[in-house]
Amino acid sequence: MSATTLAQKLIARAAGRAQVQPGEFVTCRVDLAMFHDSSGPRRLAPMLAEVGAPIWDKDKVVLVIDHYLPEADDDARRIVRIARHWAAEQRLPHVYDGLGICHVVMPQHGHVRPGLFGVGGDSHTCTGGAFGAYLFGIGATEMLGVLVSGEIWLQVPETLFMRWSGLLTDGVTAKDMMLAMIGRFGMNGGRYQAVEYCGEAVQALPMAERMTLANMSAELGAQVGLVAPDETTRDWLAAHGAPHVDPAPWHSDEDAPGTRHYFDASTLAPQVALPHSPARVRAIDGLPPTPVDVAYIGACTGAKLDDMRAAARVLAGYQVADGVQLLVAPASVADAAAAEREGIVRLLRDAGAQFLPSACGACAGYGVQIPEGATVISSTARNFRGRMGAATAQVYLGSPYTVAASALRGRIADPREILR
Amino acid sequence: MRVWRLPPEVDTDQLAPGATMKFGLDVVAQHCLAAIRPDFAVGVRPGDVIVAGAGFGIGSSREQAAAVLVHLGLAAVIAPSFAGLYFRNAINVGLLPLRCARALEILDGESVTVDPRGATVMRADGQVLPCDPLPGFLLDRVEAGGLLPELKRRYRHS
Repeated sequence: MSATTLAQKLIARAAGRAQVQPGEFVTCRVDLAMFHDSSGPRRLAPMLAEVGAPIWDKDKVVLVIDHYLPEADDDARRIVRIARHWAAEQRLPHVYDGLGICHVVMPQHGHVRPGLFGVGGDSHTCTGGAFGAYLFGIGATEMLGVLVSGEIWLQVPETLFMRWSGLLTDGVTAKDMMLAMIGRFGMNGGRYQAVEYCGEAVQALPMAERMTLANMSAELGAQVGLVAPDETTRDWLAAHGAPHVDPAPWHSDEDAPGTRHYFDASTLAPQVALPHSPARVRAIDGLPPTPVDVAYIGACTGAKLDDMRAAARVLAGYQVADGVQLLVAPASVADAAAAEREGIVRLLRDAGAQFLPSACGACAGYGVQIPEGATVISSTARNFRGRMGAATAQVYLGSPYTVAASALRGRIADPREILR
Repeated sequence: MRVWRLPPEVDTDQLAPGATMKFGLDVVAQHCLAAIRPDFAVGVRPGDVIVAGAGFGIGSSREQAAAVLVHLGLAAVIAPSFAGLYFRNAINVGLLPLRCARALEILDGESVTVDPRGATVMRADGQVLPCDPLPGFLLDRVEAGGLLPELKRRYRHS
């Protein structure tokens, strides 16, 4: 047996093969199929009825209602109602309704573990790669195929190893690492292959930060973004309903095939993506003065407990600048509750933050929308023109530290100046 | 087949804007590409093709971004590269995605002929541009109108 990558090992297991080679077409058994109110029932229910086949294994299905909550209008109410009604009718055992964003809610409820192979009806499904799971996004029709067959085809990817040596300095995060890589390789730089993040800096990251890496693999154009699981993974999962996982089998062999790219975490500065692409990236010290109207901490990418802690460290004892609206939409109800217990919610409120429900919200222009003409600094993953709902908004992306520092200064600001 | 030339990295949110996602394809179609090519939604005719720069379809998993082009009658999208997720969605809804390294030689408004089985695009002047051939099972799926008809056949008698 030749040396293989983590991606190859994960696919081989799901394909019931001893080994698979990059470029091969294989059929994999699916361990987990996740969808939400937007990509799920409203599209799947009528097609499933048309096909006339039952769901292959309901215990492997997870439904998260997160996109159209809170219901902003009658259309949103209709979509959410369809999801709830169908979940009841199908007696789905794993439904998370109003508990937060799917990619954060799933691992928080023990659905993601090392070695798992699964799909999700959302492009950021790759977030699960942080746990050493082969999870990727698919469209609704392909999800229908999975729901009736329990299988999906795949072309075995090559692996791009992103090796980060050194350690991040204070105020620099996984988000900055991702923006730096997306800026360098572009939004399709991952060529729908597997990316594996590795090296000392990655191993030192807590789970929430690894999730940010894996999450934004979507913006790198990769099918999956993997981190080899270790004790950090095991301990986190044990605390979130998935005890006794064995990370040991799930790593790339030392001389596994792939393309290797090298980075130094210790010299990385906070990064900012300019409108209207996550690939238009500059180091923060190279930006012209950029006043902001809205600072947004939200989404599966940038509003986990660790992200709110980062914002709180910057804003503790301060007030956001006049005229700046700081919005915080915690990624999950569990994260919001933890932030409340830690005093972070009060601290951010005292600084002038306005809290929004734990849902997809303004990130994709589904519910709350950013005002036309606004300049926004956001901890989310995408700043496509009009994505947040306003065609004339100028959206910049940065880490939660950078968003908080910018809210404080009223212009895009380097958090290291404040943390110092 | 009349060509609509588009820039690189056309994203899913341009093809199917978030604010239209509550509605059916008829509404999505009215706003398709509004942000970058406002004449598209009103001017496109069945049988037209899109020729775009690299990275077509980056962004979301929403397959409406591919289905809307089927709804509008597009015969194919030709580009040097596609976002992988979009490529899969296109096949699953019956939209032909053709990878063609020389796509950008084709001009806006030009008339071209696409041969999916032969994996070529013939330009107005007779020049033939090679494309990456699709694996047979995927081409069959596109020609059958996507994955849904295939599943209906497979499960009809189960």
